[in-house]
Amino acid sequence: MSDIAYPVRANPVTTEPRLARYILIGTVVVLIAILLFAPLIAVFSEALREGWSAAISSLSEPDARSAIQLTLLVAAVVVPLNAVFGIAAAWAITKFDFRGKAFLITLIDLPFSVSPVVAGLALVLLFGSNSALGAWFIAHDMKIVFALPGILLATMFVTFPFVARELIPVMMEQGRAEEEAALTLGASGWRTFFTVTLPNIRWALLYGVLLCNARAMGEFGAVAVISGKIRGETTTMPIMIEMLYNEYLSVAAFSLAAALAMLALVTLLLKSLLEWRYADLLSATRRH
Amino acid sequence: MFVEIEEIAKEFGAERALHPVSLSIPSGALIALLGPSGSGKTTLLRILAGLEFPTSGRVLFNGEDATGMSVQQRRAGFVFQHYALFRHMTVFENVAYGLRARKRKERPTDAEIGRRVNRLLDLIQLPDIGPRYPSQLSGGQRQRVALARALAIEPRMLLLDEPFGALDAKVRKELRQGLREIHDTTGLTTVFVTHDQEEAMELADLVVVMSMGRIEQVGRPGDIRARPASEFVRAFTTA
Ligand SMILES: Nc1ncnc2c1ncn2[C@@H]1O[C@H](COP(=O)(O)OP(=O)(O)OP(=O)(O)O)[C@@H](O)[C@H]1O
Ligand SMILES: [Mg+2]
Repeated sequence: MSDIAYPVRANPVTTEPRLARYILIGTVVVLIAILLFAPLIAVFSEALREGWSAAISSLSEPDARSAIQLTLLVAAVVVPLNAVFGIAAAWAITKFDFRGKAFLITLIDLPFSVSPVVAGLALVLLFGSNSALGAWFIAHDMKIVFALPGILLATMFVTFPFVARELIPVMMEQGRAEEEAALTLGASGWRTFFTVTLPNIRWALLYGVLLCNARAMGEFGAVAVISGKIRGETTTMPIMIEMLYNEYLSVAAFSLAAALAMLALVTLLLKSLLEWRYADLLSATRRH
Repeated sequence: MFVEIEEIAKEFGAERALHPVSLSIPSGALIALLGPSGSGKTTLLRILAGLEFPTSGRVLFNGEDATGMSVQQRRAGFVFQHYALFRHMTVFENVAYGLRARKRKERPTDAEIGRRVNRLLDLIQLPDIGPRYPSQLSGGQRQRVALARALAIEPRMLLLDEPFGALDAKVRKELRQGLREIHDTTGLTTVFVTHDQEEAMELADLVVVMSMGRIEQVGRPGDIRARPASEFVRAFTTA
């Protein structure tokens, strides 16, 4: 009997029934609205409560300006350094076999499991005037605690895992064959790295760098401890926001908060733009 | 180029991948390394390429010691088991890679690179696939592109690790013929790894039968069939 009429299935087998789809999509949209958009809108509307000019003039206060500059400076130093360290760590872990590899992986994750406040305190203990190391630095006229170097160290510590964590699984999956192929074709180690390894990990790297950047600009706990919160000197944007808020300067606090949120949104936009720009290449090479 | 392997042994930690093995590969020969899984074929091939270094023993190229020579200096065209094509480059760029990696003095001009790549794509009978990415090719096409990429560096020898392993029977037959033809036109000393005795017997001038890190027998296909040196060789080559 070959002429039994089966109903025509227009949908691929992986597609769920319509109702289930709507419920799932609806839930996600509501959750995103409540958890992500509502707070963002609240921040912006609070910042603009007394109008644009009030918000902008509060941002051009010297303290606010120096906080913005400090945060951008910290991100500009920390993110490239951690990108390089992250690549080096991921490279070492995925391309070579050596003793203590598992331990190194655990070590990379350490900043995720240690509270930032603890990290900040540890750095104060290590580099403060009560320790030998700290005393040495002070004797040589280098200030670490309550100064920019301390803030950089704390931020680097807290944001260390982001790049390496993004890269390790990607590099693991890709194995060593392409690099070996490049070497047999006569390429030097560096050439292999720049023409084969780096292009293969560029999207994971970009993502790791963006996460690292967001956290570097937003870090509060570790920086709060080590910076000493010297107004106009060691206050980054998050610290300044908290100070302004505690002083009931709500427009100033929320304007700065909105500016910080804008910086994060700009990085996200940048990523989307790059993905859109290179969509063809992405689909052709099946990487994301 | 003729290649001599003198008492090469390789250990990975406590694991012994190769017991001391010796082998002479005449210039221009097409050689098969045949053996079951884990017998050390890939290890031996990688030692020849300079991707792995022996625990003891020597490798000689044209009579000169090449044991410590770097992988780049050896200029061995290597075709990997899963091809290892650069996935973010077009086929053209894949094949051109080795030429572009040369030192400035020895690097051909862009026009010359273009000519050479196109000639190689003609040789593998895929003249039009230059602009495509590896993910847009069939398995057999990828294998041929990997071969063209290895040939582009004007290698001193050709090493292939299970070149037809991942392909269906019909494509295997065609590519086998293709490899034979390319070997005969280039005259390159060629070593390929396989665990398929039929493939080894049909294609190779000389078959090296391996088992558990040892070379069991070396000989022409007919001789190995007629006079197997051990029970293992007899069983494996008639399977
Ligand atoms: N990097 C490595 N680390 C540890 N042991 C290895 C490594 N490479 C190979 N070995 C061991 O060496 C032995 C020989 O491996 P090899 O890959 O040469 O075998 P093969 O003949 O190519 O096998 P197959 O046909 O499965 O590819 C195996 O026992 C393998 O486990
Ligand atoms: Mg193998």
